Amino acid sequence: MSAAPTTLAGMPLPSPVLVAAGCGGTGRELAAYVDLAALGGFVTRSISLDPRPGAAAPRVVESPSGLVHATGFPNPGVQGFLATELPWLVQQGARVVVSMVAGSLGEYAELARRLGTAPGLAAVEVNLGPADGAGPGVLDVREPVHTGHVVAAVRRELPDGVAVLAKVRPDPLRVVESARAVTDAGAAAVVVGGPLAAALPDGRPAGLGGPAVGPVVARCVAEVCAGLDRAAVVAGGGVATADQARRLLDLGAVAVQVGTAQLHDPTTLARLVAALDPTPDPDTPGGPP
Amino acid sequence: MTGPARGAIHVDGEVLATKRVGAFTHLTIVAPGVGERFRPGTFVTVRPDDRARPAPRPFWVHRVRPVGGHAAALQLVVEPRGAGSRWLAGLPVGARVPITGPLGRAFALPKEQVPCLLVGEGYAAAPLFPLAERLRERGCPVSLVLAAPDEPRLLSALEARRSARAVTVVTADGSVGVRGAVADVLPDALARSEAAVVYATGTTATLHAAAAAAEAHGAWSQTAVEQPLACATGLCHGCPVPVVAENGSPRSARACYDGPVLRGDRVRWHDLEAGLP
Repeated sequence: MSAAPTTLAGMPLPSPVLVAAGCGGTGRELAAYVDLAALGGFVTRSISLDPRPGAAAPRVVESPSGLVHATGFPNPGVQGFLATELPWLVQQGARVVVSMVAGSLGEYAELARRLGTAPGLAAVEVNLGPADGAGPGVLDVREPVHTGHVVAAVRRELPDGVAVLAKVRPDPLRVVESARAVTDAGAAAVVVGGPLAAALPDGRPAGLGGPAVGPVVARCVAEVCAGLDRAAVVAGGGVATADQARRLLDLGAVAVQVGTAQLHDPTTLARLVAALDPTPDPDTPGGPP
Repeated sequence: MTGPARGAIHVDGEVLATKRVGAFTHLTIVAPGVGERFRPGTFVTVRPDDRARPAPRPFWVHRVRPVGGHAAALQLVVEPRGAGSRWLAGLPVGARVPITGPLGRAFALPKEQVPCLLVGEGYAAAPLFPLAERLRERGCPVSLVLAAPDEPRLLSALEARRSARAVTVVTADGSVGVRGAVADVLPDALARSEAAVVYATGTTATLHAAAAAAEAHGAWSQTAVEQPLACATGLCHGCPVPVVAENGSPRSARACYDGPVLRGDRVRWHDLEAGLP
């Protein structure tokens, strides 16, 4: 069976497989293992207005079937990103989705203004469920209604050609409410997934990703797809195999994001892109001549 | 599928031999292409074939040798300490293991024939042996300081005597060689070797001591930092090492991708010891 071509927020994508925020380095490291142009999209690590050094070590610790991480969003700031990372990514033919993190609505708007004029940007992903926990420079968005406010602030500042994806917390009880709030505020797609709120062994707030979160994300995706028929859903969390990706697509997601599995096995994305290639294999019996 | 990442490739390896030596298990693994690309200081990751353990495990490469019909088999030194290293050390001959490498930045070699002092601690001394070989091929006189908590965790001291002009052994419990820490023997070893470059592997304390002693002696230092890694491929920004950039400003490097080998005078050692990025 060949899947239908993937369209996300009006953009045709060559693959329904994207790399999740924070799991593709700056792109240069990932390019060694997968053709960035063949990915559905390259979601950057979360970029902030000012440079951030990131959290103290240890930042990533293994737990049964998961990775607990609190990186503190290390990044060169939007100016450094636009100068040294984005042009290279665009040159590679990647559809670049910039993950955004900021400390206030005003900072989100300013960040969106700075990104909106950058050539080659395909979309932004507003990180509304940073599981590292709120801290300096990270807005604590707990109530679904607040997620809508952030998306509206970002949407207002961006040109029409740049889509807004909103990544919401994978909380099965409130995810539909969050998804509704962000789509009402102008998000072209809801990214359902990402880390669950957790703690590092030393007690610092952190996110849990990996196989452990897969069933939670599946529930969230099912809830959003059933509760909100007009929302485009991108699902992420615990995806490591083509079958797992297909199950999320069958639940109604238009695309999937792969994160922890790529950290586990650097060949994961390349395998999934090949396995979910919508182009029918001419050698398959019954395929086109 | 595999792709070049400064030469890193991903293959299914096979355990050819396994041998207990002291506290370590020496594993010989066939990983076609990885050994050929290896340079001292780079490392490999071995992935537990178990989704319940998502983090790949990094290991130093001790030797690259022709074994049987294989041109460049890897020898890894494993000290069984956690779930991953115990699993790897327990693998039988014939076991298949997914392996990625070589990863990271290798030791920089001097352009001229200058004396070099190699300082290694415990299993982390592993990459100093192939490094000593390369240095000798270039005509650099090699002296070695081998350190360990105790004799069972002293790596290949006999072989060291064959590959270096002078070897100093130091153990914390005095079970073999000088009793003490690396820092105690460094000034003397540096003076006697007249080293222009110090290469160091081991704990942060040992690397810090080596970098400081090199600086005091007017030598360069190349330190192979060992930090807990998550992805080991530069993707996750999970292994920060505080450094000073060329322009003098503080920045954060990744142990796995910008390292593991970093210039000792560029690392902010006190911040690293405090866990700061």
